[in-house]
Amino acid sequence: MSTYPLLSLAIWIPIFAGLVVLSTGGDRNAPLARMLSLVGAVAAFLITIPLWTGFDVANGGMQFVELKGWIPRFNINYHLGVDGISMLFVILNAFITIIVVAAGWEVIQTKVAQYNAAFLIMSGLMNGIFTSLDGVLFYVFFEASLIPLYLIIGVWGGPKRVYAAFKFFLYTLFGSLLFLIALMYLFIQSGGSFSILEWHKLPIALGAQVWLFLAFLIAFAVKVPMWPVHTWLPDAHVEAPTGGSIVLAAIALKLGAYGFLRFSLPILPDASHELSGLVVALSLIAVVYIGFVALVQEDMKKLVAYSSIAHMGFVTLGFFMFSPMGVEGALVQMVSHGFVSGAMFFCIGVMYDRVHSRQIADYGGVVNKMPKFAALFMLFTMANAGLPATSGFVGEFMVILGAVKFNFWVAFAAASSMVIGAAYSLWMYKRVIFGDVANHHVEELSDINMREFAILGILAIATLWMGLYPQPFTEVMHASVNDLLRHVAISKIQ
Amino acid sequence: MFDNFVVPNLLPAAPEIFLTVMALAILMIDLLVKDSRRTVIFVLTQLTLIGCAAIQFATSTGEITYTFSNMFVDDLMSDLLKLFLYMTMVIVMFYSRGYIIERESMNKGEYYVLALFATLGMMVMISANHFLTIYIGLELLSLSLYAMVAMNRDSVQSTEAAMKYFVLGALASGLLLYGMSMIYGATGTLEITGIAERLYGGGVNKSVMVFGLVFLVAGLAFKLGVVPFHMWIPDVYHGAPTSVTLLIGSAPKLAAFAIVMRLLVNGLITMAADWQAMLIILSVLSMAIGNLAAIAQTNLKRMLAYSTISHMGFMLLGIVTGVVGGDARYALNAYSSSMFYVIAYVLMSAGTFGMILLMSRAGFEAEEIDDFKGLNKRSPWFAGIMLMLMFSMAGVPFFIGFFAKFSVLQAVVAAGYMWLAIVAVLFSLIGAFYYLRVVKVMYFDAPADDTPFAAPMDMRILISANGLAVAFLGIFPQVIMSLCAYALLRSL
Repeated sequence: MSTYPLLSLAIWIPIFAGLVVLSTGGDRNAPLARMLSLVGAVAAFLITIPLWTGFDVANGGMQFVELKGWIPRFNINYHLGVDGISMLFVILNAFITIIVVAAGWEVIQTKVAQYNAAFLIMSGLMNGIFTSLDGVLFYVFFEASLIPLYLIIGVWGGPKRVYAAFKFFLYTLFGSLLFLIALMYLFIQSGGSFSILEWHKLPIALGAQVWLFLAFLIAFAVKVPMWPVHTWLPDAHVEAPTGGSIVLAAIALKLGAYGFLRFSLPILPDASHELSGLVVALSLIAVVYIGFVALVQEDMKKLVAYSSIAHMGFVTLGFFMFSPMGVEGALVQMVSHGFVSGAMFFCIGVMYDRVHSRQIADYGGVVNKMPKFAALFMLFTMANAGLPATSGFVGEFMVILGAVKFNFWVAFAAASSMVIGAAYSLWMYKRVIFGDVANHHVEELSDINMREFAILGILAIATLWMGLYPQPFTEVMHASVNDLLRHVAISKIQ
Repeated sequence: MFDNFVVPNLLPAAPEIFLTVMALAILMIDLLVKDSRRTVIFVLTQLTLIGCAAIQFATSTGEITYTFSNMFVDDLMSDLLKLFLYMTMVIVMFYSRGYIIERESMNKGEYYVLALFATLGMMVMISANHFLTIYIGLELLSLSLYAMVAMNRDSVQSTEAAMKYFVLGALASGLLLYGMSMIYGATGTLEITGIAERLYGGGVNKSVMVFGLVFLVAGLAFKLGVVPFHMWIPDVYHGAPTSVTLLIGSAPKLAAFAIVMRLLVNGLITMAADWQAMLIILSVLSMAIGNLAAIAQTNLKRMLAYSTISHMGFMLLGIVTGVVGGDARYALNAYSSSMFYVIAYVLMSAGTFGMILLMSRAGFEAEEIDDFKGLNKRSPWFAGIMLMLMFSMAGVPFFIGFFAKFSVLQAVVAAGYMWLAIVAVLFSLIGAFYYLRVVKVMYFDAPADDTPFAAPMDMRILISANGLAVAFLGIFPQVIMSLCAYALLRSL
């Protein structure tokens, strides 16, 4: 099975498909461009299925490894591999790309080829990030993925798109540039290696670890985003087109969190323990304070954007409990958030396409006109609030369990988010969906069509599957998480 | 009577001799050719440059060869830099051709001849092992460029730029000469390798040397255009006809790199601690002022001028970190990173100015950033090329600019200058802002007019190739990186 370079295919098929789509030219060939993008996205997804079936869950190390020299002069290699932590994200990414192409099918009418190509290329780049085992390769994908997203926000976004696109680009570039210097420092320290796995074994003094940790923290915190560097996210979300918001929430936010697991924790275990208090504090601020901020939003997209920050706070919180329960819970939360926030943004997109407003005040009584939509939207709102039997519950519950062992008050503060999350999710849902038909816009609403139903249906199945039977997901990551935590437990100070 | 006359070994200087002969011949042929048949001159010029490259290949021995009483040196570094120089000049001539044909006063054979003499000047600079040789090369380059800047006689702006360039350039030459004379006074020789030996042997008056060094560095800084000797750059870039800006903004950087290497590294390496501190200040200031001032520009040529200042500052970082506290372990790595940076920069700069030429037509210079508005609507292909060039300049992967920055930063970190790396990175971030703005107007704004470009096919193909090279070398930078390292290993 692994004789085929599956990971390379997962990276380059969407990128190649994107270039092919780009070459279809102007909007005269829009149907062709859409068709080709769907074919490319589905093909890229199919490639990931043998990853899932061929993955050895008992093995916590890297699998499907590919290693070729790239720039021998600096000992930079084209080194790919997945473990139980990254594999889920590769599959999630390929899956979300299909959703995004489908979501833009009728909505995007101008520059169709460029739109789809940007998403396909970005999908390939994201897979590159999740599978890179070489520091520079990781960085190259990490930064290159900014370009398509910058264009997506700037070209197809809302009225303040230019501001949002610049803010997004410069914030994330700022983070990643410090990250680059940290990579170079590790390169020198390790005697000329960019291999992430070798860095896992590299002894580093505590002082250096703390500086490196801070550099990594800035890079990943911007990407997650953690409070107080989160401010680019609401702007980016509000201005981005629906597909952009879906990818941003479902995949792009995971990159920062993934970086913590791949870089911060195993390479810098002592600094991680030393500074865990800082990260936990920032995470709790995100969970509680940003939760309250979400509560007062009047724009639906902004509300979900802030709720994303709160949910990602849970993820970083889970990581720094240093227990299998906490880390696995955080990972489940990441995947779940991919489904749920993707679906939430799609739902808002569905309403926006019909009414051209995202203000909660412009809606009311939508259930009377869109019953099918209201039912599915309800499911995702509940999942967003962490209702048992949905995927949102599993992750939050595991993180809180992990936190109880760490410190009761941390667990208490984290658990309060269940209440706040329920409050902002359900209150928004109530104001938008229930009540009397508010105005003539709502009066003219038509229910979701087959395409929209199919997208939401698939996401609903995924959400429920993960909520009712999370075993397959946790099983995959179990061995790798234990492996990771072994690294974190060993001090690297000599 | 001629007993003492020894015929020097002419082989190392064969390309220079060939170029001189051809340039003089082209000057003569131009008198005989009618205005309508000027293509002949263009073709001859290109053939000359290609011929130089062929001779360079054929005569390259890979050894360090001195000739003309050690005034002239031919080593792998000079071979490699000259090959890139020919390549750049071929590209520049292709880009310029359409532009000067459309502008009556510039469409003269002299344009090509001056460009060839400028090339000769740069070749001499690259191969100089003697203060006088450096000076002759530098002046030949500068005088040709002064004339070329002023070639568009109808433009007040160009005349003014040429005047400024001339006055400041003469001042810089003066500083350089003064520094050289000081060093001559201290060491008693004008030969670069000789100076290194004297300094190594000791007993040289240190204070005179330092005094000379200060002037030398100031003169070099003028020529490189780094802060605080950068004032001429924005005005000259802006005022010169765009095809001349293209020339000034690309190939001479290769030659400037060469003389910095020859003077500071080959000649004055024992004084590294002294020039290092000066260059660090120059480079940090250049990155700061270049990047900050570029943000305020609305004129693309001015913006690129300030960005050049910051790029040269960045390039200097590599040279600065070559020797740390007398420890030369980092040298090869650091110098080759600078060399790679220069080559990458020349490639990107040529492409960017080429894009401005592509967008321009008779009586209209597409030199404002706003002239690129909505380019994506007019031509998605060329908007894509410009996008690649801009992201490459900003140092975003997968483009060559990223690996250029990467290799320099890596050298800086390896030498232990962590703070310098962080400063460089922060200014790169500021730099990203103005490059992004160009992408913004191309992709996010509506076009002001929908007129298609009038540029000829050869130019379109060349710009496409140039842009794709920036992307291709960004994915496979290894070859050029290794070439630079190898060339320097065999030359130092």
